[in-house]
Parts: sequence; C-alpha cells; structure tokens
Amino acid sequence: MTYTVVEKIINSHCVAGIVKPGNIVIVEVDFIMASDTTAPIAIKAFKEMNGIHVFDAKKMAIVIDHATPCPNNKIANLHKNIRDFAYEQEIILYDEGEGICHQLIYENNHVKTGSIVLGADSHTCTYGAWGSFSSGVGATDLAGVMLTGKTWMKVPDSILINIKGNFNEGVFAKDLILYLSRLIGANGASYKVLEFCVDKDTQLRMDEKLTIANMSIEMGAKAGIFQTFDIVPDDNAKYEKMIEINLSKIEPMIAVPHYVDNVYPVSEYIGIPIDQVFIGSCTNGRLEDLEVVAKILKGKKIPKNVRMRIAPASKKILEKISENGVLNILLQSGAIILTPGCGPCVGTLGGIPADGEKVLSTSNRNFLGRMGNKEAEIYLCSPATAAWSALHGKLIDPRLEE
Amino acid sequence: MIIKGKTYKFVNGNDINTDLIIAGKYTKTLDMNELASHVFEDLDSSLLEVIKSKIIIAGENFGCGSSREQAPLALSYAGVKAVVAKSFARIFYRNAINIGLPVIIANTNLLNNDQEINIDLVQGILSFKETNDFIILNNMPTIMIDILNKGGLVKYLKDEGQFRI
Ligand code: SF4
Repeated sequence: MTYTVVEKIINSHCVAGIVKPGNIVIVEVDFIMASDTTAPIAIKAFKEMNGIHVFDAKKMAIVIDHATPCPNNKIANLHKNIRDFAYEQEIILYDEGEGICHQLIYENNHVKTGSIVLGADSHTCTYGAWGSFSSGVGATDLAGVMLTGKTWMKVPDSILINIKGNFNEGVFAKDLILYLSRLIGANGASYKVLEFCVDKDTQLRMDEKLTIANMSIEMGAKAGIFQTFDIVPDDNAKYEKMIEINLSKIEPMIAVPHYVDNVYPVSEYIGIPIDQVFIGSCTNGRLEDLEVVAKILKGKKIPKNVRMRIAPASKKILEKISENGVLNILLQSGAIILTPGCGPCVGTLGGIPADGEKVLSTSNRNFLGRMGNKEAEIYLCSPATAAWSALHGKLIDPRLEE
Repeated sequence: MIIKGKTYKFVNGNDINTDLIIAGKYTKTLDMNELASHVFEDLDSSLLEVIKSKIIIAGENFGCGSSREQAPLALSYAGVKAVVAKSFARIFYRNAINIGLPVIIANTNLLNNDQEINIDLVQGILSFKETNDFIILNNMPTIMIDILNKGGLVKYLKDEGQFRI
C-alpha cells in the first residue's frame, strides 16, 4: 500500500477498519475543541450519553470566543455553564477576551504534526498548516469523542496542490485561497482533503499557511493539510487529482456576495463604495496581518464615512501590537479596536452593518446574513486590499498603491 | 427505517448554507423550539410554516458552511422529516444523522414539490406514492443506519458505549 499524508496519519491512529479511500474506520483522537457556540450542546449530549469524565482532560479545550464580551443574559448563562463544566472536568478553558479558538490552539501548541484533531467548529481545518489532520465536526460528534476518545470516519480522497513561485508585491495568502475557492468551487473538495506541497524555493510563512488551511472548508474539504518534513506521502500515493499553482501568477482577489466561491480579481471590482471594513477572524486577524494594515495606515486617516473595526485574533497579538507601536498607528488612523474574538465575523456583536451597507472583510464567509444583517453585503479580501480600500472609501487594487 | 411524507422542493436549491438555515445570532441557546422558530428566517420567514411535516428537497451542497449542529436541529424541531439533496456538505450530513434527522442523497431532478414519497433507508429505495415509480439510493454505511435507528448518536452511545463498524 502507498499512502498519502492523510492516509498515513489515519493509519497510525486506526483501531478498526482498513485505511483505503471510501472505507469506514475507527480512529483515536489526539485533541478536541469546542467553542461557546458548540460547547453547550456538546456538554448536554455528553451528559445524556451518561458521560461522567471526559476521556482525557488534558486533551480537551473549550474557548469562549464567539460571543465575547458577552452581549446578553441568555448567553451569559450559557457561558457560565461552560465554565462550570470546564472547572469540574479540569479541561483547558480559554475564557472571554483571550482570543479566537483556532489562534489559541496554535499559539499554545496544543496540537502536534501528524495528530488527529476534531473541533466543534468548521475552521478546525486550520491546524493542517503544520501537518495535523484536523477537521470540524458537530457538537454531538464531539460529545462522542469526549466519551470514547475515538470517532468513526470515512477515509477521504485527497487532492494534491503543488505550490511553486512566490507572491508578487501586494498579493497575499488570502488571494491564493480565494483563487483556489473560485477554481475548485464551494463543494469541489467535499469529503476530500486538500494536501498542499510547497516547493523548496517558495517562501510561505506559518501565518500564511494558517490562512490557507483555514479556508479549505470553504471548498467543502474535510481537511487542508501541508506536507511537512516529518510526514511526506509515499511515492506513487494515489491522489484524485493534482493542481499546479504558481504564486507569481496570482493577483489580488475578492469574494463578492453571497458565496465564498463567487471570486473575481479585485481589478474587476475597483471603485465599489465601502461603508465598513473588518480586519480580524481566524483567517486574517494575526500579528502579520495587523502589521500589514498598520504599514498602510501609518500617518493617514480613515475617511469619516468608513468605519474600520479590528479584532486581533488573540490577546497575545493585542499585547504584541501594543508593544511594537502598531496599536497606536491603528488607533490614530481612526480604527476601532475590539476584544479579541469572533464577534463581527459571525454577527453576534461588535460591528453589525446597517441595511444596504457594503462591508469589506478579511474573514472567511460572506454568506447572506453572516455579519448579523441580511440586508448588508459582505466582500472578502486580504488585509492589504481592505486597508487600502478603507483609506479610499472604495475598493482599491493594493498593487496600484504599493 | 421508513420515512413518509410530502415534499417541499426549493426552487434554487444549491448551496443552501448553515447561515441561511439558522443565522449565527440565534444559535446561542439550548431552547430548541426557540431555535426552530428562526429557521430559514433570512431566506424567507414564511418557510417555517411551509416545511412543517415535510421532506425537504434540495440541490447540491446542502448545509455548507458552519459546523453548527443547530442547523439540522432547527430543521428537525421545525418539523422537517428528512432532507433529500443531490449532495450534502460533509459536517451537516453527519450532524443530521447524529441528531436523528434522516438525510438522503438522490438525484432530486426526479422529484417535484408537493409529492407524496416513501423512503426506505435500509432497502435504499425512494418511491412515489401516486405513480409507484422508485429511485434506488446509494447504500448508507451501516454505522449511519445504526445511529439513525437509535434516533441519534446520544442514544447510540448511551446504549453501546462505543462505536462499532
Ligand atoms: S473568527 Fe469567524 S470563522 Fe473563525 S472561528 Fe470565529 S466565527 Fe468562526
């Protein structure tokens, strides 16, 4: 048997079944995670399954991030339930304000290369950036792992994406993943894994890999995974198909309402007026993203008719930007800084747009109603495109400015 | 397991995402009736009444987007008996089975609005009451049928204590 990267990982965790695409197997799971959206149902299901102790308290984290700071009494009570459960079970808890779940799992090194991770959040696929087979599941599925430490899964086919070349000035990882989304389509990778192989002469930092792996789910993928030195595919491993990408050919891209695969070159949409800009999310709320934004905004003012909201992906990032001067640049440009967390991305709080407004967002979904108002339009782009456009009050191709 | 009922077919049934099924702002609750009262609100709030006791018929990639189990829960508590689609987003499909909402993959071009249909999951047959025509369905993995037969994963694991394939 020759194996792809994911097949190798599944094989090393398999306790029943034969690892071959399409087969059902049972695997051991190394780490699990839930957010404040999914934990309440997972906890309830776990208790209804007669669960007493989580299979391994060191292997589970709950992050209170989707509705923070807590906007109302109902959610406050759910948050309290989560805290009570986490203390009682002695599992890892990241409370309000510490950041977005996927950033915290990364920053705190909870997940190793070659591990299997399930998170009750669809962007759990982010951890593929360093070669973990990580996938999003629902709350009851997570409860099943809380109880047994295992799960069942269908062994997925893989699509190999060979990445060569380097980005031109003004082009970023977000543009690549939006480009792929257009190429592959919203369900073009359904049930499959996107396996990324990066050429030795290509520079791709960890934050860029995180952005790319993060949005694999937008093509329906079970996971997106980067090859690492530790786990390479066997020669002749079977891929369903291969895609060749040269980064130097990618240009700034934008996803227009209301689908993530509704993607076009920014150059085709130049000039559309912008009311609000959101910089943040588990896709593009990292230190490197905020530094790019600060470089563009330095010494300039965002016009009065544009609101720019920035939510750093974690408290650590917020600390870093307050040390290195980026925070001041952002504040002086007129940007509003929000609590590290998910709020605006998922429309729970902290930046709901008005009817008819157009929002340029660095997050990962532009679905109708995603930011809390179905009468608003969401466009997805890179932090650089978002920052330049904020300054002009309309969509700008960052290459024209840099 | 046999499901009987009338169809409700979406006219534009592709890529119906979890945000459209239930908006993120309504997901933070354990009150499932409250949750269900907002089903499809951003798409068309009158659907709440229309889909009661119906079998939903959709196109490709039903349930794409978020991992929120609140999406199949909202459908189930709104009275939807099953969803038949050309394809499902992976997480939604699993979530639906885990909460006991039957999800069936079939060529839904062959199905219309307001038809009486029967679905036999074990035999893998979808049949039309009026014409006696039928569609053969792909076999569902045994573990999925076992979970559905128990009414969902909670009961399955409560009884079995572990997964079996
Ligand atoms: S930032 Fe947005 S996409 Fe990421 S976990 Fe939070 S809500 Fe989900």
